[in-house]
Amino acid sequence: MESNKISIVVLSDKREQLQMAGMIASVGAVSGNEVLVFISMNAMRYFVKGADEKAPCEGPVGELMAQKNVPPFKMLFEQAVTLGDAKIHPCSMAMDVLGIEQGGLEDYIGEAMGLTMFLDECKGGQVWSF
Amino acid sequence: MAEKKLVDARGSFCPGPLMELIAAIKMVEIGDELEVLSTDKGSAAEIPQWLKKVGHEHLGSHEEAGVWHVNVKRTK
Repeated sequence: MESNKISIVVLSDKREQLQMAGMIASVGAVSGNEVLVFISMNAMRYFVKGADEKAPCEGPVGELMAQKNVPPFKMLFEQAVTLGDAKIHPCSMAMDVLGIEQGGLEDYIGEAMGLTMFLDECKGGQVWSF
Repeated sequence: MAEKKLVDARGSFCPGPLMELIAAIKMVEIGDELEVLSTDKGSAAEIPQWLKKVGHEHLGSHEEAGVWHVNVKRTK
């Protein structure tokens, strides 16, 4: 099975963006790819331990997804880790700005990562940004 | 071989049925068969592609009254 490196930068707080990022992370990871997710900016607050805030929609598809039984994006990110061995790391800068301590994020989120390490890790693979 | 395991993913949208299958496939033995039920047409097409990519066997699919039945054999 061919394996690729897929790095996903998740910045948005919008439902559609978070959903697509979670879909690529989960399906990518369970298909034998090495998946690295880097969470920063406005996306960070959804991954605080126990956060259940609903992400606002950008448009009509987001509204429809909210009404239908679409897998929640947080579940997709967790499945990327538990079923596909993806690695999810929060941006150290966003952690500092938001005052979030290590351990304040969901258990499937790894340690804070800086840009130098992220840019090195994603070298040579696909990079997606949401 | 154990009895075929049913993965009832009716009502869930992509990639829900695929992820439910993957969670289930990890729980069965090599050689066991699973049947995924899905009302999501996209997932019915996606699951055989995933099986081909990762190397499990697609035993066949059919649709009955708006429900896709995707039959799978764990091979590794």
